[in-house]
Amino acid sequence: MTAISNRYDFILVFEVTNGNPNGDPDAGNLPRLDPETNKGLVSDVSLKRKIRNFVELAKGGEDGFHIYVEEGAILNEKHRQAYKALHPDDAKLDKAAKLNPKDDEEAVKLRDFMCMNFFDVRTFGAVMSTGINCGQVKGPVQLTFASSVEPILPLEISITRMAATNEAEKKQKAEGDDSNERTDNRTMGRKHIVPYGLYVAHGFISAKFAERTGFSEADLELLWQALGNMFEHDRAAARGEMASRKLIVFKHANALGNAPAHQLFDLVRIGRNIDGEFRPVDDKRIGNEPPARKFSDYIVEIDRANSPEGVEIIEKV
Amino acid sequence: MSYGIRLKVWGNHGCFTRPEMKVERVSYDVMTPSAARGILEAIHWKPAIRWVIDAIHVLEPIRFQSIRRNEVGQKAPAGKIKSAMKRGNLAGLQVLVDEDRQQRAATVLVKPAYVIEAHFELTKKVGSDDNEGKHLDIFNRRAGRGQCFHQPCLGTREFAAHFELIPPDGPLPECEERDKTPDLGFGLPRDLGFMLWDIDHEAPGRPSLFFRARLEDGVVRVPPPGSPEVLR
Repeated sequence: MTAISNRYDFILVFEVTNGNPNGDPDAGNLPRLDPETNKGLVSDVSLKRKIRNFVELAKGGEDGFHIYVEEGAILNEKHRQAYKALHPDDAKLDKAAKLNPKDDEEAVKLRDFMCMNFFDVRTFGAVMSTGINCGQVKGPVQLTFASSVEPILPLEISITRMAATNEAEKKQKAEGDDSNERTDNRTMGRKHIVPYGLYVAHGFISAKFAERTGFSEADLELLWQALGNMFEHDRAAARGEMASRKLIVFKHANALGNAPAHQLFDLVRIGRNIDGEFRPVDDKRIGNEPPARKFSDYIVEIDRANSPEGVEIIEKV
Repeated sequence: MSYGIRLKVWGNHGCFTRPEMKVERVSYDVMTPSAARGILEAIHWKPAIRWVIDAIHVLEPIRFQSIRRNEVGQKAPAGKIKSAMKRGNLAGLQVLVDEDRQQRAATVLVKPAYVIEAHFELTKKVGSDDNEGKHLDIFNRRAGRGQCFHQPCLGTREFAAHFELIPPDGPLPECEERDKTPDLGFGLPRDLGFMLWDIDHEAPGRPSLFFRARLEDGVVRVPPPGSPEVLR
Protein backbone atom coordinates (compact mmCIF):
# COMPACT_ATOMS: atom_id res chain seq x y z
CA MET A 1 0.00 0.00 0.00
CA THR A 2 1.30 3.42 -0.84
CA ALA A 3 1.46 5.99 1.91
CA ILE A 4 -0.47 9.24 1.93
CA SER A 5 1.31 12.14 0.27
CA ASN A 6 -0.42 15.13 1.85
CA ARG A 7 -0.06 16.63 5.27
CA TYR A 8 -3.31 17.03 7.21
CA ASP A 9 -4.31 18.95 10.31
CA PHE A 10 -7.73 18.46 11.82
CA ILE A 11 -10.13 19.70 14.45
CA LEU A 12 -12.52 17.30 16.13
CA VAL A 13 -15.47 18.87 17.92
CA PHE A 14 -17.42 16.51 20.16
CA GLU A 15 -20.00 16.87 22.86
CA VAL A 16 -21.03 15.14 26.04
CA THR A 17 -24.47 15.33 27.57
CA ASN A 18 -25.00 14.15 31.15
CA GLY A 19 -21.94 11.98 31.14
CA ASN A 20 -18.30 11.76 32.08
CA PRO A 21 -16.16 11.95 28.95
CA ASN A 22 -12.87 11.13 30.71
CA GLY A 23 -12.45 10.44 34.43
CA ASP A 24 -9.43 11.72 36.36
CA PRO A 25 -7.82 8.89 38.36
CA ASP A 26 -6.26 11.55 40.59
CA ALA A 27 -9.61 13.02 41.59
CA GLY A 28 -11.78 9.99 42.28
CA ASN A 29 -12.88 9.71 38.67
CA LEU A 30 -14.23 13.24 38.50
CA PRO A 31 -14.26 14.59 34.94
CA ARG A 32 -10.82 16.00 34.10
CA LEU A 33 -10.57 19.72 34.71
CA ASP A 34 -7.96 22.33 33.93
CA PRO A 35 -7.64 23.80 37.45
CA GLU A 36 -6.80 27.26 36.14
CA THR A 37 -9.63 27.77 33.71
CA ASN A 38 -12.18 25.15 34.85
CA LYS A 39 -12.36 23.96 31.29
CA GLY A 40 -12.85 20.25 30.86
CA LEU A 41 -10.09 18.07 29.45
CA VAL A 42 -10.07 14.75 27.62
CA SER A 43 -6.67 13.14 27.29
CA ASP A 44 -5.23 12.22 23.91
CA VAL A 45 -4.88 8.60 24.99
CA SER A 46 -8.57 8.42 25.82
CA LEU A 47 -9.43 9.43 22.25
CA LYS A 48 -6.87 7.04 20.80
CA ARG A 49 -8.40 4.21 22.81
CA LYS A 50 -11.76 4.91 21.19
CA ILE A 51 -10.22 5.00 17.72
CA ARG A 52 -8.58 1.63 18.36
CA ASN A 53 -11.85 0.19 19.66
CA PHE A 54 -13.73 1.45 16.63
CA VAL A 55 -11.24 -0.01 14.19
CA GLU A 56 -11.38 -3.31 15.99
CA LEU A 57 -15.16 -3.30 15.71
CA ALA A 58 -15.22 -2.17 12.11
CA LYS A 59 -12.48 -4.45 10.84
CA GLY A 60 -12.79 -7.31 13.30
CA GLY A 61 -9.15 -8.34 13.10
CA GLU A 62 -8.98 -8.40 9.31
CA ASP A 63 -5.52 -8.91 7.89
CA GLY A 64 -3.52 -5.76 8.40
CA PHE A 65 -6.04 -4.23 10.79
CA HIS A 66 -5.15 -5.92 14.05
CA ILE A 67 -4.94 -3.79 17.15
CA TYR A 68 -1.73 -4.07 19.11
CA VAL A 69 -2.78 -2.34 22.32
CA GLU A 70 -5.91 -4.33 23.04
CA GLU A 71 -8.53 -3.94 25.69
CA GLY A 72 -10.33 -6.79 27.37
CA ALA A 73 -10.70 -10.33 26.19
CA ILE A 74 -8.89 -11.72 23.18
CA LEU A 75 -10.32 -14.20 20.79
CA ASN A 76 -6.86 -14.88 19.42
CA GLU A 77 -6.02 -16.67 22.63
CA LYS A 78 -8.15 -19.50 21.29
CA HIS A 79 -6.36 -19.46 17.97
CA ARG A 80 -3.12 -19.82 19.82
CA GLN A 81 -4.35 -22.90 21.58
CA ALA A 82 -5.17 -24.37 18.22
CA TYR A 83 -1.82 -23.36 16.90
CA LYS A 84 0.03 -24.82 19.84
CA ALA A 85 -1.71 -28.11 19.33
CA LEU A 86 -0.44 -28.16 15.75
CA HIS A 87 3.09 -27.02 16.50
CA PRO A 88 4.35 -28.42 19.77
CA ASP A 89 7.79 -26.91 19.17
CA ASP A 90 6.32 -23.50 19.85
CA ALA A 91 7.87 -23.45 23.31
CA LYS A 92 11.28 -22.94 21.75
CA LEU A 93 10.09 -19.79 20.09
CA ASP A 94 8.72 -18.54 23.38
CA LYS A 95 12.14 -18.99 24.93
CA ALA A 96 13.64 -16.90 22.18
CA ALA A 97 11.70 -13.93 23.55
CA LYS A 98 14.81 -12.66 25.30
CA LEU A 99 16.79 -12.19 22.11
CA ASN A 100 17.35 -8.84 20.55
CA PRO A 101 17.58 -8.31 16.82
CA LYS A 102 21.04 -9.03 15.47
CA ASP A 103 21.42 -5.78 13.57
CA ASP A 104 19.66 -2.72 12.24
CA GLU A 105 18.44 -4.60 9.20
CA GLU A 106 16.59 -7.06 11.34
CA ALA A 107 15.17 -4.28 13.49
CA VAL A 108 13.75 -2.70 10.34
CA LYS A 109 12.19 -5.98 9.35
CA LEU A 110 10.54 -6.32 12.74
CA ARG A 111 9.27 -2.78 12.53
CA ASP A 112 7.82 -3.27 9.09
CA PHE A 113 6.13 -6.46 10.19
CA MET A 114 4.45 -4.66 13.09
CA CYS A 115 3.40 -1.73 10.90
CA MET A 116 1.98 -3.99 8.23
CA ASN A 117 -0.13 -6.05 10.59
CA PHE A 118 -1.28 -3.60 13.24
CA PHE A 119 -3.38 -0.56 12.41
CA ASP A 120 -2.55 1.23 15.65
CA VAL A 121 1.21 0.75 15.26
CA ARG A 122 0.96 2.14 11.73
CA THR A 123 -1.15 5.06 12.89
CA PHE A 124 0.06 6.08 16.35
CA GLY A 125 3.39 4.26 16.55
CA ALA A 126 4.69 2.03 19.31
CA VAL A 127 7.74 1.63 21.46
CA MET A 128 9.48 -1.60 20.64
CA SER A 129 12.42 -2.63 22.75
CA THR A 130 14.44 -3.92 19.86
CA GLY A 131 17.66 -3.24 21.68
CA ILE A 132 19.91 -1.89 18.99
CA ASN A 133 18.11 1.13 17.62
CA CYS A 134 15.50 1.49 20.40
CA GLY A 135 13.01 0.51 17.69
CA GLN A 136 10.60 3.34 18.27
CA VAL A 137 7.94 3.71 15.64
CA LYS A 138 6.60 7.23 15.53
CA GLY A 139 3.19 7.17 13.96
CA PRO A 140 2.00 9.84 11.56
CA VAL A 141 -1.10 10.68 13.60
CA GLN A 142 -0.68 12.90 16.62
CA LEU A 143 -3.54 14.02 18.84
CA THR A 144 -3.57 16.66 21.55
CA PHE A 145 -5.59 16.98 24.74
CA ALA A 146 -9.16 17.99 23.98
CA SER A 147 -10.33 20.99 25.93
CA SER A 148 -13.88 22.25 26.39
CA VAL A 149 -14.91 25.50 24.75
CA GLU A 150 -16.30 26.91 27.99
CA PRO A 151 -15.72 26.03 31.66
CA ILE A 152 -17.64 22.93 32.66
CA LEU A 153 -19.51 22.21 35.88
CA PRO A 154 -19.04 18.62 37.01
CA LEU A 155 -21.96 17.34 39.09
CA GLU A 156 -21.85 14.59 41.62
CA ILE A 157 -24.88 12.34 41.46
CA SER A 158 -25.46 9.95 44.33
CA ILE A 159 -27.12 6.70 43.42
CA THR A 160 -28.23 3.66 45.36
CA ARG A 161 -28.05 -0.01 44.62
CA MET A 162 -30.72 -2.22 46.13
CA ALA A 163 -28.28 -4.93 47.14
CA ALA A 164 -25.16 -5.48 49.20
CA THR A 165 -21.96 -6.92 47.79
CA ASN A 166 -21.45 -9.53 50.48
CA GLU A 167 -22.58 -10.70 53.91
CA ALA A 168 -20.03 -8.53 55.71
CA GLU A 169 -21.37 -5.40 54.09
CA LYS A 170 -24.90 -6.38 55.02
CA LYS A 171 -23.87 -6.97 58.62
CA GLN A 172 -22.04 -3.69 58.80
CA LYS A 173 -25.15 -1.93 57.64
CA ALA A 174 -27.31 -3.74 60.15
CA GLU A 175 -25.01 -2.75 63.01
CA GLY A 176 -25.11 0.90 62.08
CA ASP A 177 -27.62 3.20 63.71
CA ASP A 178 -29.87 3.63 60.70
CA SER A 179 -30.70 -0.05 60.44
CA ASN A 180 -34.20 -0.49 59.23
CA GLU A 181 -35.73 -2.88 56.78
CA ARG A 182 -35.52 -0.56 53.85
CA THR A 183 -31.84 0.39 53.99
CA ASP A 184 -30.60 -3.01 55.06
CA ASN A 185 -29.32 -4.21 51.78
CA ARG A 186 -28.64 -0.97 50.05
CA THR A 187 -25.29 0.49 49.07
CA MET A 188 -24.69 3.96 47.80
CA GLY A 189 -22.50 4.99 44.96
CA ARG A 190 -21.53 8.11 43.12
CA LYS A 191 -21.56 9.17 39.52
CA HIS A 192 -19.90 12.21 38.13
CA ILE A 193 -21.40 13.90 35.14
CA VAL A 194 -20.90 16.96 33.01
CA PRO A 195 -24.37 18.32 32.16
CA TYR A 196 -23.10 19.56 28.82
CA GLY A 197 -19.68 20.13 27.37
CA LEU A 198 -18.43 20.87 23.88
CA TYR A 199 -14.82 19.72 23.48
CA VAL A 200 -12.26 20.48 20.83
CA ALA A 201 -9.26 18.29 19.99
CA HIS A 202 -6.52 19.12 17.53
CA GLY A 203 -4.81 16.52 15.39
CA PHE A 204 -1.87 16.35 13.02
CA ILE A 205 -0.96 13.85 10.34
CA SER A 206 2.57 13.88 9.00
CA ALA A 207 2.90 12.53 5.47
CA LYS A 208 6.61 11.99 6.00
CA PHE A 209 6.04 9.69 8.96
CA ALA A 210 3.28 7.97 7.00
CA GLU A 211 5.89 7.01 4.41
CA ARG A 212 7.84 5.22 7.10
CA THR A 213 4.95 3.24 8.54
CA GLY A 214 2.94 2.74 5.36
CA PHE A 215 -0.12 4.65 6.56
CA SER A 216 -2.22 4.68 3.39
CA GLU A 217 -5.19 6.56 1.93
CA ALA A 218 -7.43 3.67 2.98
CA ASP A 219 -6.10 3.96 6.53
CA LEU A 220 -6.79 7.67 6.45
CA GLU A 221 -10.37 7.07 5.33
CA LEU A 222 -10.78 4.59 8.19
CA LEU A 223 -9.35 7.14 10.62
CA TRP A 224 -11.87 9.78 9.51
CA GLN A 225 -14.62 7.21 9.86
CA ALA A 226 -13.39 6.34 13.34
CA LEU A 227 -13.23 9.96 14.44
CA GLY A 228 -16.76 10.53 13.21
CA ASN A 229 -18.29 7.40 14.68
CA MET A 230 -16.16 6.29 17.60
CA PHE A 231 -18.55 7.56 20.25
CA GLU A 232 -21.46 5.70 18.65
CA HIS A 233 -19.81 2.46 19.70
CA ASP A 234 -18.58 3.54 23.10
CA ARG A 235 -21.86 3.71 24.96
CA ALA A 236 -21.55 3.12 28.69
CA ALA A 237 -23.29 4.04 31.91
CA ALA A 238 -20.57 6.56 32.71
CA ARG A 239 -20.35 8.22 29.30
CA GLY A 240 -23.85 9.60 28.94
CA GLU A 241 -24.44 10.80 25.43
CA MET A 242 -21.35 11.60 23.47
CA ALA A 243 -21.16 12.42 19.80
CA SER A 244 -18.74 13.79 17.25
CA ARG A 245 -20.27 17.02 16.02
CA LYS A 246 -17.70 18.37 13.58
CA LEU A 247 -14.59 17.05 11.97
CA ILE A 248 -12.87 19.80 10.07
CA VAL A 249 -9.91 18.63 8.01
CA PHE A 250 -7.24 20.88 6.54
CA LYS A 251 -5.62 19.15 3.61
CA HIS A 252 -2.30 20.63 2.55
CA ALA A 253 -1.41 20.44 -1.11
CA ASN A 254 1.96 18.85 -0.37
CA ALA A 255 3.67 16.60 2.14
CA LEU A 256 5.32 19.31 4.23
CA GLY A 257 2.31 21.57 4.38
CA ASN A 258 1.38 25.02 3.20
CA ALA A 259 0.55 26.86 6.41
CA PRO A 260 1.29 26.68 10.14
CA ALA A 261 -1.20 24.51 12.00
CA HIS A 262 -2.06 27.20 14.54
CA GLN A 263 -3.03 29.57 11.75
CA LEU A 264 -5.42 26.96 10.35
CA PHE A 265 -6.91 26.17 13.75
CA ASP A 266 -7.53 29.89 14.25
CA LEU A 267 -9.78 29.85 11.18
CA VAL A 268 -12.33 27.89 13.18
CA ARG A 269 -14.13 29.96 15.76
CA ILE A 270 -16.58 28.52 18.23
CA GLY A 271 -18.90 30.90 20.00
CA ARG A 272 -22.26 30.95 21.73
CA ASN A 273 -25.44 31.20 19.75
CA ILE A 274 -27.38 34.07 21.32
CA ASP A 275 -30.64 34.40 19.39
CA GLY A 276 -28.93 33.35 16.22
CA GLU A 277 -26.05 35.73 16.71
CA PHE A 278 -22.41 34.68 17.13
CA ARG A 279 -20.84 35.73 20.42
CA PRO A 280 -17.28 34.74 21.33
CA VAL A 281 -17.15 32.66 24.53
CA ASP A 282 -15.00 35.25 26.29
CA ASP A 283 -17.55 37.98 25.58
CA LYS A 284 -18.57 39.48 28.94
CA ARG A 285 -22.14 39.86 27.72
CA ILE A 286 -22.79 36.13 27.70
CA GLY A 287 -22.26 36.03 31.48
CA ASN A 288 -25.97 36.57 32.02
CA GLU A 289 -27.07 34.00 29.50
CA PRO A 290 -28.11 30.54 30.67
CA PRO A 291 -25.39 27.88 30.38
CA ALA A 292 -25.10 25.98 27.12
CA ARG A 293 -26.94 22.66 27.25
CA LYS A 294 -27.03 21.57 23.64
CA PHE A 295 -25.03 21.80 20.47
CA SER A 296 -27.35 24.39 18.96
CA ASP A 297 -26.32 26.74 21.78
CA TYR A 298 -23.02 27.04 19.93
CA ILE A 299 -22.05 28.30 16.51
CA VAL A 300 -19.01 26.90 14.71
CA GLU A 301 -17.72 29.33 12.11
CA ILE A 302 -15.09 28.51 9.51
CA ASP A 303 -13.36 31.49 8.02
CA ARG A 304 -12.96 30.06 4.53
CA ALA A 305 -12.21 33.44 3.00
CA ASN A 306 -8.90 33.70 4.81
CA SER A 307 -7.85 30.15 4.17
CA PRO A 308 -4.22 30.12 3.01
CA GLU A 309 -3.37 29.05 -0.51
CA GLY A 310 -2.73 25.36 -0.96
CA VAL A 311 -4.93 24.31 1.94
CA GLU A 312 -8.26 22.66 1.31
CA ILE A 313 -10.86 22.70 4.07
CA ILE A 314 -12.99 19.56 4.16
CA GLU A 315 -15.83 19.00 6.59
CA LYS A 316 -15.96 15.28 7.21
CA VAL A 317 -18.79 15.37 9.75
CA MET B 1 30.96 30.93 10.37
CA SER B 2 27.64 30.04 11.83
CA TYR B 3 24.18 30.80 10.60
CA GLY B 4 21.71 31.60 13.33
CA ILE B 5 17.98 31.20 13.39
CA ARG B 6 15.37 32.20 15.91
CA LEU B 7 12.11 30.33 16.31
CA LYS B 8 9.22 31.08 18.61
CA VAL B 9 7.45 27.99 19.93
CA TRP B 10 4.45 27.75 22.19
CA GLY B 11 1.64 25.44 23.24
CA ASN B 12 -0.93 24.64 25.91
CA HIS B 13 1.23 22.24 27.88
CA GLY B 14 4.76 20.91 27.84
CA CYS B 15 6.58 18.11 29.59
CA PHE B 16 10.38 18.11 29.50
CA THR B 17 10.80 15.13 31.74
CA ARG B 18 13.59 15.10 34.31
CA PRO B 19 15.52 11.86 33.88
CA GLU B 20 15.58 11.29 37.64
CA MET B 21 11.79 11.57 37.83
CA LYS B 22 10.57 9.78 34.77
CA VAL B 23 8.23 7.19 36.21
CA GLU B 24 5.81 9.76 37.48
CA ARG B 25 7.05 12.41 35.10
CA VAL B 26 8.10 15.78 36.44
CA SER B 27 9.02 18.42 33.92
CA TYR B 28 12.05 20.69 34.04
CA ASP B 29 11.20 24.35 34.60
CA VAL B 30 12.41 25.23 31.13
CA MET B 31 12.72 23.46 27.80
CA THR B 32 15.93 21.45 27.54
CA PRO B 33 18.39 22.05 24.68
CA SER B 34 17.76 18.52 23.45
CA ALA B 35 14.01 19.18 23.24
CA ALA B 36 14.72 22.40 21.35
CA ARG B 37 16.94 20.47 18.95
CA GLY B 38 14.12 18.00 18.41
CA ILE B 39 11.77 20.81 17.45
CA LEU B 40 14.21 22.19 14.89
CA GLU B 41 14.79 18.72 13.48
CA ALA B 42 11.03 18.28 13.11
CA ILE B 43 11.10 21.21 10.71
CA HIS B 44 14.33 20.55 8.82
CA TRP B 45 17.21 18.18 9.29
CA LYS B 46 19.61 16.21 7.16
CA PRO B 47 22.48 13.97 8.28
CA ALA B 48 24.75 16.62 6.79
CA ILE B 49 23.88 19.16 9.49
CA ARG B 50 23.74 19.30 13.26
CA TRP B 51 21.67 21.83 15.16
CA VAL B 52 23.37 23.61 18.05
CA ILE B 53 21.18 25.43 20.53
CA ASP B 54 22.62 28.77 21.69
CA ALA B 55 19.94 30.08 24.01
CA ILE B 56 16.39 29.53 25.14
CA HIS B 57 14.28 32.56 25.97
CA VAL B 58 11.40 32.00 28.38
CA LEU B 59 8.36 34.12 27.50
CA GLU B 60 5.81 32.95 30.04
CA PRO B 61 5.83 32.48 33.83
CA ILE B 62 6.79 28.94 34.87
CA ARG B 63 3.67 27.15 36.12
CA PHE B 64 2.86 23.50 36.67
CA GLN B 65 -0.18 21.26 36.59
CA SER B 66 -0.63 17.59 37.42
CA ILE B 67 -2.27 15.12 35.05
CA ARG B 68 -2.74 11.46 35.90
CA ARG B 69 -3.36 8.96 33.14
CA ASN B 70 -3.75 5.24 32.64
CA GLU B 71 -0.67 4.04 30.84
CA VAL B 72 0.75 0.77 29.64
CA GLY B 73 3.90 -0.43 31.36
CA GLN B 74 5.17 -2.64 28.60
CA LYS B 75 7.20 -2.25 25.47
CA ALA B 76 6.86 -4.48 22.46
CA PRO B 77 9.28 -7.38 22.89
CA ALA B 78 11.39 -7.89 19.80
CA GLY B 79 11.72 -11.61 20.40
CA LYS B 80 7.99 -12.17 20.38
CA ILE B 81 7.60 -10.20 17.19
CA LYS B 82 10.33 -12.27 15.62
CA SER B 83 8.70 -15.53 16.59
CA ALA B 84 5.37 -14.29 15.28
CA MET B 85 7.06 -13.45 11.98
CA LYS B 86 8.53 -16.93 11.77
CA ARG B 87 5.23 -18.56 12.52
CA GLY B 88 3.24 -16.26 10.31
CA ASN B 89 0.70 -15.96 13.10
CA LEU B 90 -0.09 -12.95 15.24
CA ALA B 91 -1.52 -14.84 18.17
CA GLY B 92 -0.37 -13.65 21.56
CA LEU B 93 1.40 -10.60 20.20
CA GLN B 94 -1.00 -7.98 21.42
CA VAL B 95 -0.75 -6.07 24.69
CA LEU B 96 -3.66 -6.40 27.08
CA VAL B 97 -4.00 -2.93 28.50
CA ASP B 98 -6.27 -3.99 31.33
CA GLU B 99 -3.68 -6.42 32.60
CA ASP B 100 -0.71 -4.13 32.38
CA ARG B 101 -2.23 -0.96 33.72
CA GLN B 102 -0.08 1.71 35.31
CA GLN B 103 -1.55 4.93 36.59
CA ARG B 104 1.03 7.63 36.32
CA ALA B 105 0.90 11.28 37.19
CA ALA B 106 2.75 13.84 35.14
CA THR B 107 3.67 17.27 36.43
CA VAL B 108 3.59 19.34 33.28
CA LEU B 109 4.21 22.95 32.35
CA VAL B 110 1.23 25.20 31.63
CA LYS B 111 1.23 27.46 28.56
CA PRO B 112 4.94 27.38 27.88
CA ALA B 113 6.33 29.73 25.24
CA TYR B 114 9.96 30.06 24.20
CA VAL B 115 12.27 31.53 21.64
CA ILE B 116 14.93 29.10 20.50
CA GLU B 117 18.17 30.66 19.30
CA ALA B 118 20.24 28.17 17.38
CA HIS B 119 22.61 27.64 14.50
CA PHE B 120 23.78 24.58 12.65
CA GLU B 121 27.11 23.05 11.86
CA LEU B 122 28.03 20.77 9.01
CA THR B 123 28.91 17.21 9.95
CA LYS B 124 31.22 14.59 8.50
CA LYS B 125 28.37 13.32 6.33
CA VAL B 126 28.30 16.50 4.31
CA GLY B 127 27.97 15.84 0.58
CA SER B 128 29.21 17.81 -2.40
CA ASP B 129 25.87 19.57 -2.85
CA ASP B 130 25.50 20.61 0.79
CA ASN B 131 26.33 24.10 1.89
CA GLU B 132 25.25 26.31 4.75
CA GLY B 133 23.20 28.64 2.62
CA LYS B 134 21.07 25.85 1.22
CA HIS B 135 20.11 24.37 4.56
CA LEU B 136 19.53 27.77 6.11
CA ASP B 137 17.25 28.67 3.21
CA ILE B 138 15.30 25.42 3.49
CA PHE B 139 14.80 25.89 7.21
CA ASN B 140 13.76 29.51 6.90
CA ARG B 141 11.39 28.76 4.06
CA ARG B 142 9.74 25.86 5.85
CA ALA B 143 9.45 27.57 9.22
CA GLY B 144 8.17 30.74 7.57
CA ARG B 145 5.40 28.87 5.80
CA GLY B 146 4.56 26.65 8.73
CA GLN B 147 5.83 23.58 6.94
CA CYS B 148 7.30 20.74 8.89
CA PHE B 149 8.41 17.16 8.51
CA HIS B 150 6.14 16.33 11.42
CA GLN B 151 4.37 18.58 13.89
CA PRO B 152 6.93 19.35 16.61
CA CYS B 153 6.04 18.90 20.25
CA LEU B 154 6.89 20.32 23.64
CA GLY B 155 8.56 17.31 25.21
CA THR B 156 5.93 14.66 24.53
CA ARG B 157 3.82 14.21 21.44
CA GLU B 158 0.43 14.94 23.00
CA PHE B 159 1.63 18.49 23.67
CA ALA B 160 1.90 19.86 20.17
CA ALA B 161 4.15 22.85 19.59
CA HIS B 162 3.12 25.75 17.41
CA PHE B 163 5.98 27.60 15.81
CA GLU B 164 6.73 30.84 14.08
CA LEU B 165 9.96 32.00 12.50
CA ILE B 166 11.36 35.27 13.76
CA PRO B 167 12.94 36.89 10.69
CA PRO B 168 16.62 37.83 11.09
CA ASP B 169 15.78 41.53 11.14
CA GLY B 170 12.65 41.14 13.25
CA PRO B 171 12.46 42.11 16.93
CA LEU B 172 12.87 39.39 19.54
CA PRO B 173 9.64 38.76 21.45
CA GLU B 174 9.93 39.42 25.15
CA CYS B 175 7.84 38.35 28.08
CA GLU B 176 5.36 40.84 29.44
CA GLU B 177 6.55 43.60 31.74
CA ARG B 178 4.66 42.19 34.74
CA ASP B 179 6.30 38.79 34.27
CA LYS B 180 9.81 40.20 34.56
CA THR B 181 10.20 38.81 38.06
CA PRO B 182 13.04 37.01 39.88
CA ASP B 183 11.16 33.82 38.95
CA LEU B 184 12.36 34.26 35.41
CA GLY B 185 15.77 35.45 36.53
CA PHE B 186 15.19 39.18 36.24
CA GLY B 187 17.23 41.22 38.70
CA LEU B 188 19.13 38.22 39.99
CA PRO B 189 20.08 35.14 37.95
CA ARG B 190 18.04 32.11 38.94
CA ASP B 191 19.82 28.79 39.27
CA LEU B 192 17.80 25.98 37.66
CA GLY B 193 20.24 23.31 38.82
CA PHE B 194 21.66 20.60 36.63
CA MET B 195 19.71 20.12 33.46
CA LEU B 196 19.94 17.68 30.59
CA TRP B 197 22.03 19.17 27.81
CA ASP B 198 21.58 16.36 25.34
CA ILE B 199 22.16 12.68 24.90
CA ASP B 200 25.47 11.61 23.39
CA HIS B 201 24.32 9.32 20.61
CA GLU B 202 27.86 8.67 19.41
CA ALA B 203 29.31 7.24 22.60
CA PRO B 204 28.53 3.64 23.55
CA GLY B 205 25.62 3.34 25.95
CA ARG B 206 24.30 6.75 24.90
CA PRO B 207 25.21 8.65 28.07
CA SER B 208 23.33 11.79 29.09
CA LEU B 209 25.16 15.09 29.22
CA PHE B 210 24.24 17.79 31.69
CA PHE B 211 24.90 21.48 32.26
CA ARG B 212 24.21 23.93 35.04
CA ALA B 213 21.28 25.95 33.76
CA ARG B 214 20.87 29.55 34.84
CA LEU B 215 17.93 31.74 33.98
CA GLU B 216 19.26 35.24 33.46
CA ASP B 217 16.83 37.99 32.44
CA GLY B 218 14.52 35.31 31.07
CA VAL B 219 17.23 33.60 29.02
CA VAL B 220 19.04 30.29 29.48
CA ARG B 221 22.40 30.39 27.70
CA VAL B 222 23.35 26.95 26.48
CA PRO B 223 27.04 26.00 26.44
CA PRO B 224 28.35 24.92 23.02
CA PRO B 225 29.27 21.29 22.33
CA GLY B 226 32.62 20.34 23.74
CA SER B 227 32.65 23.19 26.25
CA PRO B 228 33.88 22.35 29.77
CA GLU B 229 30.45 23.39 31.07
CA VAL B 230 28.92 20.31 29.46
CA LEU B 231 29.23 17.58 32.09
CA ARG B 232 29.14 13.86 31.80
